[in-house]
Amino acid sequence: MHQTNTKYYYPYISPFDPCPPIIRKSYSTPPQLYMGFQPTNLVQFNTAKEALFCGTLWPAFHDPYPPKEGREDN
Amino acid sequence: MWYYEKKLQYPVRVRECNPQLAKYLIEQYGGADGELSAALRYLNQRYTIPNKVVGLLNDIGTEEFAHLEMIATMVYKLTKDATPEQMEKAGLAPHYANHDNALFYHNSAGNPWTATYIQSKGDPIADIYEDIAAEEKARATYQWIINLSDDPELNDSLKFLREREIIHSQRFREAAQMLIDEKDKKQFF
Repeated sequence: MHQTNTKYYYPYISPFDPCPPIIRKSYSTPPQLYMGFQPTNLVQFNTAKEALFCGTLWPAFHDPYPPKEGREDN
Repeated sequence: MWYYEKKLQYPVRVRECNPQLAKYLIEQYGGADGELSAALRYLNQRYTIPNKVVGLLNDIGTEEFAHLEMIATMVYKLTKDATPEQMEKAGLAPHYANHDNALFYHNSAGNPWTATYIQSKGDPIADIYEDIAAEEKARATYQWIINLSDDPELNDSLKFLREREIIHSQRFREAAQMLIDEKDKKQFF
């Protein structure tokens, strides 16, 4: 299963909207929504330092924010 | 009983005096989905939940206090040398009038923390589902604060805290599954 941590959607834009429209909006769908029970022997980071900086021992749970593909587009 | 380690769970660095940002961050200190609410919710719920998930609530509740301490450090550093004029400019004059530059448990709109933010229903499923929701709300709050903040070093710590919310949510989801699963029963198909 290919899982993405950010979903994008395109709200309706009215010709009468008062603010310049944001064409693409996003919301977060981090890894815990898909994992179910954590599988045994899930791969860990190589060093404790990497794990600390990410806030988790397992790369599979790492969810960078803001997303690389951006949050919204005008 | 707790042992105290005299260090933060993750380093907190703040680039500049910024009371405006402190005003937003206080949401995670004394807000409905903040760290205080989380810690008190879990540590209180743990008494009336099946044995197999007591330890989880205990550990996560304890970690929330470590997060609370990080938020306190951030807010303190962001405001410690702010003049009354700077506080006023950040919209913190009402806070200053009551508290000087001291921290207080209220949200970013100035509403004091209240126990009505949390619940212990005595129903394990209801309680764990509330906990999952609380973690997702705290994650979202961190996102909105990161979006408002232009302090890269502070954001680094906030990203760590956001990731912890993800892990906590995962563990509560596993706890819910443990309470739901018919593990002891022989299953015939």
